Amino acid sequence: MKKKWSGLALAAGALAFSATAFAAPPSAEMLANACAGCHGTNGGSAGDTMPSLASQSASSIVESMLKFKSGERSSTIMGRLAKGYSDEQIKAMGGFFAKQKLHVTQQVTDKAKVAQATKIQEKSCGRCHLDEGKDGKDDTPVMASQWLPYLQIQMDLYTSGHRKMPDKMAEKVKELSKQDLDALMHFYAAQK
Amino acid sequence: MTLDRRSFLKLLAAGAGAAGLPMIGRAAEIMPKKGRRVIVIGGGYGGSIAAKYIRMMDKTIEVVLIEKNKQYISCPFSNHLLAGYIKDLSSLTIGYDKLAANHGITMVYDEVTAIDPAAKTVTTKGGNIAYDKLVVSPGVDFRTEEIEGYDAKTEELMPHAWKAGPQTILLRKQLEAMQDGGTVVLTAPLAPFRCPPGPYERVAMVADYLKKNKPKSKVILLDANPDIVSKPTLFRKGWEMYPGLIEYRKAAKVTAVNNQAMSVMVEGIDEVKGDVISVVPAQRATALMAGAGLIGEDKKWCPVNATTFESTLHKDVYVVGDSSSAGAMPKSGYSANSEAKVCATNIVAAMNGKEQVEMSGINTCYSFLSHDEAISVAGIYTVKEGKIVGVPNSGGISKLDYSDAKLEAKYANSWLKNILTEMST
Repeated sequence: MKKKWSGLALAAGALAFSATAFAAPPSAEMLANACAGCHGTNGGSAGDTMPSLASQSASSIVESMLKFKSGERSSTIMGRLAKGYSDEQIKAMGGFFAKQKLHVTQQVTDKAKVAQATKIQEKSCGRCHLDEGKDGKDDTPVMASQWLPYLQIQMDLYTSGHRKMPDKMAEKVKELSKQDLDALMHFYAAQK
Repeated sequence: MTLDRRSFLKLLAAGAGAAGLPMIGRAAEIMPKKGRRVIVIGGGYGGSIAAKYIRMMDKTIEVVLIEKNKQYISCPFSNHLLAGYIKDLSSLTIGYDKLAANHGITMVYDEVTAIDPAAKTVTTKGGNIAYDKLVVSPGVDFRTEEIEGYDAKTEELMPHAWKAGPQTILLRKQLEAMQDGGTVVLTAPLAPFRCPPGPYERVAMVADYLKKNKPKSKVILLDANPDIVSKPTLFRKGWEMYPGLIEYRKAAKVTAVNNQAMSVMVEGIDEVKGDVISVVPAQRATALMAGAGLIGEDKKWCPVNATTFESTLHKDVYVVGDSSSAGAMPKSGYSANSEAKVCATNIVAAMNGKEQVEMSGINTCYSFLSHDEAISVAGIYTVKEGKIVGVPNSGGISKLDYSDAKLEAKYANSWLKNILTEMST
């Protein structure tokens, strides 16, 4: 008896739920939406230690994720997460976030530091961090309006040797004081 | 897929309802349906997100979010009140005004008393509301009947505080009122339960409170499970911060409570007394889900299609969050958030005659060990052979040497800020 019912149920089930039998591979949106619990809806972060991904350059996201995945870039949680995705999926997510509008953060920055950093940015950083950090060049990330605490954490990781700087960046940072770097973080955070 | 006879008849009934057989004796329809409508029941970590993302993906679908309370209090981070890291629950409380206005969601503040999957209606205290698709994210009910002596008073005397709000405040007040030298008894039910790391974080939060305020006291965790369910190595290491304050007993299931004696019985033989006791009973999907025939053969949780989160028992009803059987995904706030987005994507696809999309989900859970040290577990989920599984060789727990704990606490605070902002804007 049981067998008979189960057979009928299978037939009915096949009819009722046939739509779910053929599913397309996860879309860029499907993949990226799962990130938003931590990085904010469409990658616009409300948490000041979590980077906004909205409007970030796609190649910068892809490069970071691939380095998280391989372990080349150290991380707390991102390495564990990045390992769950194929390179193609990572590219799709990068493309999704790059298309989103820049998330303008409301945060307090030090005006004097922002002013002080304007020239430093131009001289030392502006060749890669284009347009006051609003534009990325190749895999250079967009810096504008990023959260200050996040930028400070990353700069600490760079200067303490936990995160490796690109060679060009290392050359420039070497010439800058701690105060210069701090002012630069305020500068980028203040860009809108 | 196997169904018993009863479920099979229900399935047929659901099909008949969808085909438009006349329904007799229905209560008043309070919101006549004009176009396509999705109802979402429950405005927590799952429901708020399902409502929002359906509207983000298709503005032509009407979304009605039914929630009992005007405000929602987050369970994640509510243990912080016990430690005293927060003075009240305001930082964990969200409303729905901005969410509703930003996305054009119709809010109905009412209690749902029944779901009729055949008629495709939801009954609230105010009347009936019809749907084309229904998402239910109702949280959990407690299996209090499995604990001998557990009655209406027990919840006040030995608050579970496993639903954030008055229960959390009550437990905090009891800790404050306790004399130094007292014993706090915490319990963890058999897995699966809501928030797998929760009991182990809670014991650290209570220990931190005792260390700072009542150092002659101790906290005992009676765990029904054979060992710590989540991040065992990390929790053991973390608890070392509180030497002499924590006693962990595994395979110690609470089988009875004694309200008068303020004691619990472990495995029916060992009586443990406490000055403060928090009993967290085992859990299951809510009574509403049972009434609607959405609970599976295990009599506890709601079986769902792993790709869409559509109930395997009733068509056009979707279950996300703690009540669903989501395979390898734990019963966590982040899982509910992620499941709701998968569900929303596939509801919108189905309503527009488009192809279903394979699920891709994430869970991230942070647990605090002190006010500025946290650990995490992460997972990426996909579907294999009809089941939700973790993507091989991904996810896992924090570094065992605790070197990231301070940084992870900083990220955890942004986790909360972002996920609550997602739910409320």
